[in-house]
Amino acid sequence: MSSHGFNPIRSEEGHDVVAISLRGVVKRFSSVVAVDGLDLDVPVGTCFGLLGPNGAGKSTTMRMLTGQAIADAGSLEVLGFRLPEQSKPARLRMGVCPQESNLDVDLRVRDVLDTFARLYRVPSARRPVAVDQALALARLTDRARDRAVTLSGGMQRRLLIARALIHDPDLVLLDEPTVGLDPQVRQQIWSLILALRERGATVLMSTHYIEEAERLADRVAIMSKGRVVAEGSPAELIAEYAGREVIDVEGSQTQLTDLRSRADAAGILTRPSGPSLTYLHADQDGDRRLPAGRRRVATLEDVFVALTGEYVE
Amino acid sequence: MTSTGVSLRRIEPAGVLAVAAREWTVFCYFWRNQTFAAVVEPIVNLLAFGFGFGALVSKIAGIPYIQFVGTGVVATSVLFSAVFSGMFDSLYKRRYQRIYDALLAAPVDVEEIVTGEVLFLGTRAGIYGIAPLIVAFFFGLTPTPAMLLVPFISILTGIGFAAFGMLFAALASRFDDFNYVISGLITPLFLLAGAFFPLNQLPEWLRVAAQLNPLYHCIELVRHCAFGLQPGADLIHLGALAVFALLAWAAAVWRTRARLID
Repeated sequence: MSSHGFNPIRSEEGHDVVAISLRGVVKRFSSVVAVDGLDLDVPVGTCFGLLGPNGAGKSTTMRMLTGQAIADAGSLEVLGFRLPEQSKPARLRMGVCPQESNLDVDLRVRDVLDTFARLYRVPSARRPVAVDQALALARLTDRARDRAVTLSGGMQRRLLIARALIHDPDLVLLDEPTVGLDPQVRQQIWSLILALRERGATVLMSTHYIEEAERLADRVAIMSKGRVVAEGSPAELIAEYAGREVIDVEGSQTQLTDLRSRADAAGILTRPSGPSLTYLHADQDGDRRLPAGRRRVATLEDVFVALTGEYVE
Repeated sequence: MTSTGVSLRRIEPAGVLAVAAREWTVFCYFWRNQTFAAVVEPIVNLLAFGFGFGALVSKIAGIPYIQFVGTGVVATSVLFSAVFSGMFDSLYKRRYQRIYDALLAAPVDVEEIVTGEVLFLGTRAGIYGIAPLIVAFFFGLTPTPAMLLVPFISILTGIGFAAFGMLFAALASRFDDFNYVISGLITPLFLLAGAFFPLNQLPEWLRVAAQLNPLYHCIELVRHCAFGLQPGADLIHLGALAVFALLAWAAAVWRTRARLID
């Protein structure tokens, strides 16, 4: 990767250690600031979860990484290529699965993959093998001759992922890969992403599903209002922002509001949780005399809601 | 942070070919109905006008009317095939199918998308345009060696009008917006090109305006191929078509980029 004149972050052994590096990235749409000074490093070989509520700037960030949105300020580097100037060579080594399907649904499954193998410059002699491998990975071999429009929603999503992998990319961008899918299909997509991890590809996955990030991601960045508000492994984030245990206290809305005011005044971290109030860091309560409630293990959801103020699915 | 203008440096043959190959793959699925519409409609026009007006007007400038129309319909066939494909296909792919988003996530730039598509659509329209000429042979049009140039003329015209269509697709937000283009621009281009009647019957200002109609230059070239080349004038006609194709391509890239890149 030295031929393009940029200097990606490398280990002492000379390997790239950061696949994506964003510094102070800003993207505005008229008066709306979609991404607001975003800093992000995605290490090579990790599955990195970009977790945030709708409107947090995840999809805009994804589009900037493929050169489909141009940042108003800041610097972006992908696989050592500076964007947007060197977007094309970066895209050559990237695979992208969008949030919304953009399949050629009238084509047969094999033709969809063959078309993209050509677009990704897979040599003609290797294309049939690449298509077969992608079909096998997505478990669509027996549907290869069917038109994409006849596939179920879950199969179409698997085909989108297979299309993104047709050229064996170093980096895979998955934008909300399981949004709108039923739980069974979601499990299938998760298996596919886990297979990608095992192959050693770097995966950047945006999601607003906590469970998805918790199960698949080595590291997670929580985004809110166009910024990263916390980053680390799920375990690190939980330990830092929610502790080992939390307490859910139920009560009327008035009682919960009163409890929250008192907790805020005493510097005790809480987060709203539907009909209850969750006290964070309950394992460190010491002499804080937290109210009685259901004690449970802290989760990434506690961190997410505490940091973004948003409820989650 | 980056140029938003049109750049030839962004064009790689592999990208253009990959886009054109995608068009070919899609065409292989739908070639029957697309070819039927593109070939039959101009032949119907040729026969209807040829026999209809041909009964009233036997010859124009010494040319039997059905042969006059036959050579003119080549250009109108190219116009409709290229411009409508450029408009409707492109808007469908951008707005409803979002194929361009998929292409842009691959190592393909807007310049390559527009170039690949207009080359394919223009070539296809150019080949379709030969059909009415072949039909005119059955009505006495004599084949000449210069007619071998007709496919190249019609392909160049097709490329220009395919790019013209993609430009309007990039300007439109929905299919209904095309009503303005079809009624306000395409129909006048179609009628004021000299395909069905000689332009010297028109008022002076319309004759001057017709010089700006790329279709007029295509029709003149095709007729000269059929009835006698006029090298000086034909070079001007050819240049006009080339300039039109280049300007339409640049404008299509410019507006398509504005639509696709935030």
